[in-house]
Amino acid sequence: MSPRAKTALEPAKTNPDFIRNFCIIAHIDHGKSTLADRMLQLTGVVDDRSMRAQYLDRMDIERERGITIKSQAVRMPWEFENQTYALNMIDTPGHVDFTYEVSRSLAACEGAVLLVDAAQGIEAQTLANLYLAMENDLMIIPVLNKIDLPAAQPEKYAEELANLIGGNPEDCLRVSGKTGMGVDALLDKIVQMVPKPVGDPNAPARAMIFDSVYDSYRGVVTYVRMIDGSLSNREKITMMSTKAVHDLLEIGVSSPEPEPTKGLGVGEVGYLITGVKDVRQSKVGDTVTTSMKPATVALKGYAEPKPMVFSGLYPIDGSDYPNLREALDKLKLSDASLVYEPETSVALGFGFRCGFLGLLHLEIITERLEREFNLDLIATAPSVVYEVTLDDKKEVTVTNPSEYPVGKISKVLEPMVRATILSPKDYVGAIMELCQGRRGVMLDMQYFGTDRVQLRYDMPLAEIVFDFFDQLKSKTQGYASLDYEENGLAEGDLVKVDILLQGEQVDAFSAIVHKDKAYAYGVMMTGKLRELIPRQQFEVPIQAAIGARIIARESIRAMRKDVLAKCYGGDISRKRKLLEKQKEGKKRMKMVGRVEVPQEAFIAALSSDKEKKGEKKGK
Amino acid sequence: MAQFPKGELAPSDGLLPEQAKLNAEQRTFHAYIHVPFCKARCGYCDFNTYTAQEIGSSSQSSFARDLVSEIDLSRQVLEDSGVVGRSLSTVFFGGGTPTLLPAEDLIEMLQKLRSVFGVEADADITTEANPDSVDEVYLLKLKEAGFTRVSIGMQSAVTKVLAVLERTHNPDNVARSVQAAKTVGLFTSVDLIYGTPTETIEDWVETLQQAISLDTDHISAYSLIVEPGTKLARQIKVGEVEMPDEDLHAQMYEVADELLTKAGFVNYEVSNWSRSVETRSKHNVAYWKSMDWWGFGPGAHSHIGGVRWWNVKNPAAYTDRLRASLSPALERELVDQANQDIERVMLETRLAEGIDLAWLKSKGFGTQEVISNLIASEVIDGGAVFQGVVKLTKKGRLLADYVVRELLG
Repeated sequence: MSPRAKTALEPAKTNPDFIRNFCIIAHIDHGKSTLADRMLQLTGVVDDRSMRAQYLDRMDIERERGITIKSQAVRMPWEFENQTYALNMIDTPGHVDFTYEVSRSLAACEGAVLLVDAAQGIEAQTLANLYLAMENDLMIIPVLNKIDLPAAQPEKYAEELANLIGGNPEDCLRVSGKTGMGVDALLDKIVQMVPKPVGDPNAPARAMIFDSVYDSYRGVVTYVRMIDGSLSNREKITMMSTKAVHDLLEIGVSSPEPEPTKGLGVGEVGYLITGVKDVRQSKVGDTVTTSMKPATVALKGYAEPKPMVFSGLYPIDGSDYPNLREALDKLKLSDASLVYEPETSVALGFGFRCGFLGLLHLEIITERLEREFNLDLIATAPSVVYEVTLDDKKEVTVTNPSEYPVGKISKVLEPMVRATILSPKDYVGAIMELCQGRRGVMLDMQYFGTDRVQLRYDMPLAEIVFDFFDQLKSKTQGYASLDYEENGLAEGDLVKVDILLQGEQVDAFSAIVHKDKAYAYGVMMTGKLRELIPRQQFEVPIQAAIGARIIARESIRAMRKDVLAKCYGGDISRKRKLLEKQKEGKKRMKMVGRVEVPQEAFIAALSSDKEKKGEKKGK
Repeated sequence: MAQFPKGELAPSDGLLPEQAKLNAEQRTFHAYIHVPFCKARCGYCDFNTYTAQEIGSSSQSSFARDLVSEIDLSRQVLEDSGVVGRSLSTVFFGGGTPTLLPAEDLIEMLQKLRSVFGVEADADITTEANPDSVDEVYLLKLKEAGFTRVSIGMQSAVTKVLAVLERTHNPDNVARSVQAAKTVGLFTSVDLIYGTPTETIEDWVETLQQAISLDTDHISAYSLIVEPGTKLARQIKVGEVEMPDEDLHAQMYEVADELLTKAGFVNYEVSNWSRSVETRSKHNVAYWKSMDWWGFGPGAHSHIGGVRWWNVKNPAAYTDRLRASLSPALERELVDQANQDIERVMLETRLAEGIDLAWLKSKGFGTQEVISNLIASEVIDGGAVFQGVVKLTKKGRLLADYVVRELLG
């Protein structure tokens, strides 16, 4: 396919009149990456041969899950009515955990393609991002994707989109990222509809950082959108939040491979390389200016990333602890939102308490640690941050249930979220039941079209971090989608439940739960452990307790037989080898008092029921 | 043994490495002869046995002749390897079903051992026997040739249990064959199996009572081990039969020990009871004391001075090798001193006489803390510890593997 534009506009000198900055807002699986691929091909920046499916999603995990974690920007030439334009496509993360990053990406654009699967309709996460886009005054271009699918219902969903954003259903473009159908019309529409960027070319330089990525060869690569003024190569730049000064070693645009340029002018999107090694020195949302002629007022909207969910990560093999530290140090270079500090667990040994933006973030980091750094990890149950006020007015912030203060507590505040759930109307009852069981308070319910409903709830974040999404999916046969946003703190009637093995507290299993759920948690956990911990030479009581009060108990009967009946000539080698194997196995046991607990028991007890299915433990 | 351990390839001349001859004069020497034939294969059995009359070049009728040639080879190998010559302290015919062969064949093999190595005057010479395959005439021939002991595979007195095990023998023949052995003057033993699927505690008591009433000199009782690859293992896997739980096994063991003790038997190894020291299986005790033995026949295991090796399993391959004047040894394993020490703890802990505490300590096994914990949990005999011996209690016998692991640390 040959590009429509024969020559691209030269970066650093592009007239803002011919620049269009846009992003694509879409739900996971709705085909954003495939559409982006077609655009790269159609505009000729990537030739067909070097086309790698889903070019923009670089990380393996992203590719496998079909989601985008890290955004990037690509500059594409496009000709419309004999004028060449530079289109900057800014890729946005598609998940609720990365709302802040999404909002910064949106702030770098004037328009957004709202991409919706023509067979599925809009989902809660898309709605959340659409809301952000509209708040940022972006021009919205509604597009239905996958219209080549037999199950596509373009009329129905065009109507739905029109209801949401206004306009006529006929305005909704229909494309197929897979076949490329309608993509050129979409590019034309972007040129026509998306406003040109506006800025003062003579003002002191102000560029907004919308992404910053660690590259092991080049150090941190910072993606910026020039708002005012310009930046040029070899200049000294200043980060306005920290006042840190760096030398600009390289400046350029992605097409999609990095292409160094002389600079970047008003409205342009590109990258900066300063040689710094830590993304924390190049924070998303920060404003870059020049040291020679610095701006005085930073761009609006900068915020420090705030971890919402905490989990303890422990190496299964204790000797991997230094490797885990090194791996986290490395990941931190590319992920400014990851926080961690060393932590010791009686049951699990040495590890780190890590803070994450949300559950997906936790999952991605754990998976990257295991895959890219070859570590076997146990992650403790995710926990939120509690603000505990003691009777003596002292305030304690608790990120680990085992550190929950004992007694004399006057007040506990827990983080709340506002959850938005979109679902076919048939599942409303099941969803309401689930949310009520999770201490949700319904705010409102709204119909979109004839059969889709939006429910909004105020809920404690703690109720969402554990298993909620899986439950929601299973109760709605996968149809419901969820989005949530922070919604302050609220006082909760909370208690800490401890789990004791033969009287010894197992810190990894402590949990902070609502008073009414303490008993259920205790019964569930003691029951699970009874199945998971092998019999010992003595009886092992398992108890759940709130303080000194026992609320549930189970016991593992003593093992009565541990002997091979026969040990004659040919059995001896085999038996010795079995012994060696058992000895190895013992090394992987964690001792809780005198009780040997296999690693697998910890992993299984800490993972949700979904993962445990198919694995039957005999007693 | 369904699965052989993994070892290095044995040399084709069978020559033994240096360590085999060290201190050989301090160890007694024993012979095991494996007869790999059965009338039918039992569902639980993973031993190296075959039901066909002919397997390639090998046949039941020519088996004794081939085996005799391994005896010649063994003498050559031991001589060439510099292992001091010793006469045999025990000879044991196992299987399979040795008594499926004519008595003359067993006698021929024994005579060959006698002429090649010599057999000590007070040696125990045992054959395993299927209750259906022996009578007084047969046993008398063995007795006259020098056999001293017969071990009969009784397994159970309960028809339904025998059916699950797929044992085809007629239960009435057990008493008949024991009686015949006694009449001709052989020591007698019966093997029992407990914990078979569907077997109740009452079934087991019935079996024990019948076994006791036979008035044998010795009884072995093994809990059923479901070996991978057996028909029984498959039946359990698909849910056709349900495996009794370990607690029932433990209870059955306790009942056995109680009834056998009451009847005058003394436990001397985890699964073995004898009327007197005299009637213990001296051959088996040699295994547990890490003595030297040569295992003849397909798939047989040998042990000389920490060298363990095993023959090819298939009778035809065994025969072919011998006829080509090659050693039938397939693979071997050189057990170093540290592993020999581990084996010693593993084996001697199972014996009623126990294991020497001073020796354990000299090897760094059984720390004070471990010994103290084992006494406290009543798995070893506290009194014996003060006499310098680590001895299992009755509860400890059921947890012998645990005790071994603890001692080894």
